[in-house]
Amino acid sequence: MTNSRTILICSGKGGVGKTTLTANLGIALAGQGARTVVLDADFGLRNLDLLLGLENRIVYTAQEVLAETCRLDQALVKHKQEPNLALLPAGNPRMLEWLKPEDMQTIAGMLSERFDYVLIDCPAGIEDGFKNAVAAAKEAIVITTPEVSAVRDADRVIGLLNTHGVSPVQLVLNRVRPKMMANQDMLAVDDVTDILALPLLGLVLEDEQVIVSTNRGEPLTLNGSASPAAKAYGNIASRLQGEDIPLMDPAKERRGIRARVRRLMQTKIF
Amino acid sequence: MTLRDLLDKILRRQPASATTARERLQLVLAHDRSDLSPETLDQMRREIFEVVAKYVDIDLEEGDVSLETEDRVTALVANLPIRRSMAASSNE
Repeated sequence: MTNSRTILICSGKGGVGKTTLTANLGIALAGQGARTVVLDADFGLRNLDLLLGLENRIVYTAQEVLAETCRLDQALVKHKQEPNLALLPAGNPRMLEWLKPEDMQTIAGMLSERFDYVLIDCPAGIEDGFKNAVAAAKEAIVITTPEVSAVRDADRVIGLLNTHGVSPVQLVLNRVRPKMMANQDMLAVDDVTDILALPLLGLVLEDEQVIVSTNRGEPLTLNGSASPAAKAYGNIASRLQGEDIPLMDPAKERRGIRARVRRLMQTKIF
Repeated sequence: MTLRDLLDKILRRQPASATTARERLQLVLAHDRSDLSPETLDQMRREIFEVVAKYVDIDLEEGDVSLETEDRVTALVANLPIRRSMAASSNE
């Protein structure tokens, strides 16, 4: 497909929300009518199947597709409630011994012929798993949290994405806590975007419902949840599709006199 | 600097942790991006001091060569206070 977009979802640091974003974005894009496939490139520690609730339906994986022991459509797992979404599961961790960047390019190439969006869930780290995944990507979403370690690792990844000619690269800031930001006990949104110098694709508030949805294997975007994170993921999908949706302002999430004083304290004076 | 940062300074309170986080990040990223080890940077700093010291009398105690970063561009910033120029001292 000529207009197909292959997007790498990466962070450097583990545990900041790559797989959750991939699952929710996949469901949201599919829900908006785009034919979407999510590719688990984390062969060592695969989890995308679990977050999508598809762990019991895997027969073949990317491994068999590459070995040509099955056809691509046999390996693709279609989501029952969201038929526009398919998962291509990661193969056995032993695949890492022989998997090459060209193999990932082959798989992504096959998928881009059939889907509007190919979302690649990148493994943590910047070693071989990352190098394989980045080879297949045209554009990227870097996800980070407002913590020094996550921002530092995101910076390393952005440098590598630039080296590999991946463009555009956009930023998602996850686990934002408006109250801590108001107290200046969490890096502000502007701090992170200034440091990383990337356009902001979305802000996701810290939200307990994410854990609940992970427990169930039903991404928040699946059932039209009204929780803050569900809305944020939906907005990210819409912005990817080119819709102009204003970004949420964490400061506006809090009202009242105390919030006003806190906002005053954040005023930049020089 | 925010209003809170100013109040913290006046009241000599510990700065807000977000301010500390931002400053620490900017420093560590400058090093990450330039790919210079602290030892290499230290050696470069000493060599720069030596070269500059040939022409002007600099205050080594106050002098500083460091990496600063803004908008993904890292710069080497040298701040070398001059006591007096060598030319002036040789004319004395």
